[in-house]
Amino acid sequence: MSLALVLEQLLNGVQFGLMLFLMSAGLTLVFGVMGLINLAHGSLYMIGAFLCAAVSGITGNFWLGLMGGLTAAAAAGALIEVLVIRRLYVRDHLDQVLATFALILILSEAMRLIFGPFPLYLNVPSALRGTVSLGIVDYSLYRLALIGFGIAVALGLWVLIAKTRLGIRIRAGESDREMIAALGVNIRALYTIVFALGAALAGLAGALVGAIQSVQVGMGEPVLILAFVVIVIGGIGSIKGAMVGALLVGVIDTMGRFLLPRVFAAFLDTSQAMGVGAALASMLIYLLMALVLIFRPKGLFPAHG
Amino acid sequence: MDSTRKEWLLNALIATALLAVPLWALMANEPFIITLATRIAILAIAAVGLNIALGLGGMVSFGHALYLGLGGYVAGIAAHHAFSGTTVLGLPGTNQMLPIWAIAMILSGAVAGVVGALSLRTSGIFFIMITLAFAQMGFFFTLSWPAYGGEDGLPIFVRNQFPGLNTARPWDMFLLSYAVLIAALILFAMLRAARFGAALMAIRQNPDRAAAIGISPFGIKLVGFIISGMITGLAGAMMADLTRFVSPAMLAWTMSGELIVIIILGGVGRLFGPVAGAAILVGFEVFFGGLTEHWKLWLGLVLLGVVLFARGGLIGLLAGRAQNG
Repeated sequence: MSLALVLEQLLNGVQFGLMLFLMSAGLTLVFGVMGLINLAHGSLYMIGAFLCAAVSGITGNFWLGLMGGLTAAAAAGALIEVLVIRRLYVRDHLDQVLATFALILILSEAMRLIFGPFPLYLNVPSALRGTVSLGIVDYSLYRLALIGFGIAVALGLWVLIAKTRLGIRIRAGESDREMIAALGVNIRALYTIVFALGAALAGLAGALVGAIQSVQVGMGEPVLILAFVVIVIGGIGSIKGAMVGALLVGVIDTMGRFLLPRVFAAFLDTSQAMGVGAALASMLIYLLMALVLIFRPKGLFPAHG
Repeated sequence: MDSTRKEWLLNALIATALLAVPLWALMANEPFIITLATRIAILAIAAVGLNIALGLGGMVSFGHALYLGLGGYVAGIAAHHAFSGTTVLGLPGTNQMLPIWAIAMILSGAVAGVVGALSLRTSGIFFIMITLAFAQMGFFFTLSWPAYGGEDGLPIFVRNQFPGLNTARPWDMFLLSYAVLIAALILFAMLRAARFGAALMAIRQNPDRAAAIGISPFGIKLVGFIISGMITGLAGAMMADLTRFVSPAMLAWTMSGELIVIIILGGVGRLFGPVAGAAILVGFEVFFGGLTEHWKLWLGLVLLGVVLFARGGLIGLLAGRAQNG
């Protein structure tokens, strides 16, 4: 086990964490501002990936595809908010879980109807193919670009929320919904914008990750559950918590899968060590979440005091 | 006719139909229909278990597939070792349903005790998420643990035995499942009518007020959660025997979602809600699944419609609102 290999896995973990952050940011905003638990967030990730693959397949240009995926996810998010989600804000969590579970069924089947049952493939843009030397390790240029992209979007989101009028309204909505409506802010429009913003981030993550995975129906749900783990660890409603949680989950999951089988190989035979190590590694982040909830029931960075 | 009598009449009708349809299928030699009715009965048992936590206690567990899968793997592992004549943890395998059910229920109850004790420290969305997380832990564990098939699952070559019945015959398997379902429903009705059920419902409606009159919310909810997990675990052992196969799919989060969907379609907290819901879900799958491969699109639309516009499910629609909802 060389230092280069460890560094490569660490970078993979950070890259995975930043993509999880894009998913989690929207989820945590929607919960923080509207008090809504949205299972269909993974479907928006899927829509972003499918539309990116389709548009870049037709035009031959990845960046056009990326714009297409992002726009489609945002539009789908706005449409879903107006048609369905809007009716759920006053309902209890059970109704929200069920209605958004129903949306997953509908959106997944709709994608299968439109694009057929087979996975689509999305190529890494030609400018970002190959590897780049980071001193001791040659690392995939595309994954490195994803890290840069993730950091840039996180900074952009911070500027949006901390420095703009829309951000002030979003933060006001998080702390007191009734009050900002009473002060004359169009709360319905604000909710639609926040939901579409979250959807756009999810679609962006889907499109970016689509180039290193296959684009298929059901790709959103595993990421969705990880994003839930992230926001529960970070504290629901907190963007900072989502960032810390996403990096923790990304790095711990990746390093666990890499290190645990090797640790067990020290005192078990190889095939057994691989099995035990892999089984434990896949449970690691859920253990982390359970531990966080036991000691900090509202997450690491509780959004409301 | 008041709504309580209406509901009893409707319940009797559902119970009779679930017995009469497979009986007709037995006469008409349609074993497929008998197996479908068995599946409905077993899914209904699992949902009766969840209905104790969700319907009576208001605990939205998004991880009940964990207990279903635990029960399933107990049946699968016991049969596996009985078949190969090997031992597990020093014990021989068995192909008898009664000891398998007992172990499945004890194990599910123990796991539900641990999960409940940790999860009930939280509430609302955190409770939903932490129960989901524990189920995912189980899912990934079975997926990557190679000893019992890993992601390929574990087949049960010969269905486990029950004294006095030939479980290989669809009709015998149905009768057994039906009897267990009725027993589970009686247990649910007794729990709901007892002081325990009243306390559980009081806590759901107002935990502070319940605590003020001397009911400990944590203890009562934990006991409710454990009983709930045990019944769902029993259903898991039976489900594995029905399909003669157990795999990580039994612990998938969609399975947890399906159990909640069953209760919503039937009616939350209603005695026969799980039975009606399971019948609707399986019926929908068979009927629309035969018409179009995109039947889940229609299921999603129906579910969305029920959640948005027809709260109370089928029982609520036909028998009116619950008396103590």
